[in-house]
Amino acid sequence: MRIFALIGVLIGLLMPVNLMAQDNNETGEERLNIKELMFHHIGDSHHWNIFAWKGDGGEIKSIDIPLPVMAYNKQNGDFLFAMSSSLSEGQTIEKNGCRYGINAHEKLEVNGSTDAIFDFSLTRNVASMLMSVALLMLIFVGATRSIRKTKVPRGGAVIVEELVLFAKEIADDQIGKKKSAKFTPFLLTLFFFIWINNIIGLVPFFPGGTNLSGNIAFTSILAIFTFIVTHVFASKHYWVHTLTVPGVPFIMKFIMVPLEIVTMFTRPFTLLIRLFANITGGHIIVLSMFSIIFYLQTYMISIASVPLAFVVFVLELIFGALQAYIFTVLSALYIGLAVADGHDE
Amino acid sequence: MDLLSPEPGLVIWSGLTFLAVLALLTKFAWKPQLGMIKEREDEIEGSLEKAKQAQQEYARLEAEKKLMAEESRKERDQLLKETKEKVQMMLDEARAQALTEGNKLLAEARSQIEKEKAAALTELREQVASLSVEIAGKLIGDSLSAADKQKELIDKYLQESNFN
Repeated sequence: MRIFALIGVLIGLLMPVNLMAQDNNETGEERLNIKELMFHHIGDSHHWNIFAWKGDGGEIKSIDIPLPVMAYNKQNGDFLFAMSSSLSEGQTIEKNGCRYGINAHEKLEVNGSTDAIFDFSLTRNVASMLMSVALLMLIFVGATRSIRKTKVPRGGAVIVEELVLFAKEIADDQIGKKKSAKFTPFLLTLFFFIWINNIIGLVPFFPGGTNLSGNIAFTSILAIFTFIVTHVFASKHYWVHTLTVPGVPFIMKFIMVPLEIVTMFTRPFTLLIRLFANITGGHIIVLSMFSIIFYLQTYMISIASVPLAFVVFVLELIFGALQAYIFTVLSALYIGLAVADGHDE
Repeated sequence: MDLLSPEPGLVIWSGLTFLAVLALLTKFAWKPQLGMIKEREDEIEGSLEKAKQAQQEYARLEAEKKLMAEESRKERDQLLKETKEKVQMMLDEARAQALTEGNKLLAEARSQIEKEKAAALTELREQVASLSVEIAGKLIGDSLSAADKQKELIDKYLQESNFN
């Protein structure tokens, strides 16, 4: 399983390099700027595109859902609240002598600078995340109601309960049945929250297609939560083990203790990089497969690229579950290592 | 690179959303669902335990039944044997009693006969004596003066010569 993930990451990391190289060789103006297109899809946006098409005059028309823009101006302490529709296509808002706008990279800027503003807008990723929360509530609270009514799960609730049991097993296996109860809700939420966002990211049309779980901000905060949970509930044994490294010669401690402390931070760091790289890599591969058609400007290549994209898409569906599983298992493992007391292993 | 720098806005939103969804799902889904799963597990475990107990109870009862059957069979045999013995004993007793009774009766009858016989002999003896004396007296012509003495003498002879 890990080998597949590794290959996915490698391909994911290699692909954009290739495309960038091709980008630089490109001469014609008409060619699609694939790098821009990809970063637009993978990155965040202030509006949520439903559909886009080319108008009669060759201009691009689109239907977007406007999203709230919220920001804090660090220079004068102003708060900006607006809808993204009043900021799109080069529109700007004037407020207290400052001009707010959205630049070509979908970043909010004030007076042409992105540094002086703290942007906490409800972006496309946030909107997608809220939708995932609604879905999660619908699925799991609904299933809970259904199970409570029938005592024994029926229909879809059977699947939901199997999944919950599966995730609960992760916690029980890694932490141990005695201590896992406290962490089970956290790990369950982690697993399903990541998974559902991975799936939403793979849906190629409107409500899906966002790259939330491949966004480093999203993976960072989840890894930080794992780090916090791990160290808040860590046992005395864990701290003693980390900070004194018993059982090694005294001189070795000068090497081992810093190493252990570095390990403390590398663990969540690997979590966030793994999820980010896998999901983003997957998106890049699928987009690359389709972009080849436009890049080479021939439909013939689609004979190869579309089935290939489909295969990658199916693989991504598997990776979506797999990455959520890996994130959860490793979080559970780190928590399990931290809460274990003494020599019962 | 743009991709590798986390946007603080999204970090905050993700964090808040995760905490919210953690709280909501814990309250409305995980806790009740895990509780129900636990309940069901306990119930199944309890049922299995109960079934096991029932099986053990059944086995115990079966053994007891067997034991009881064995016992009752033994008892019956014993009873039968005893009855047979008793009947035998009673029969023997009755037979013995009958025998002794018969013997007794026989002995009684025999002694009665003996007695009758003795009485008859005595009477015969007396009559013979008196007849002899009478005959002798008649023969001699006159009655012996001392008739009684004669009679006594005859009796004595008679006594000596038993009629056997």
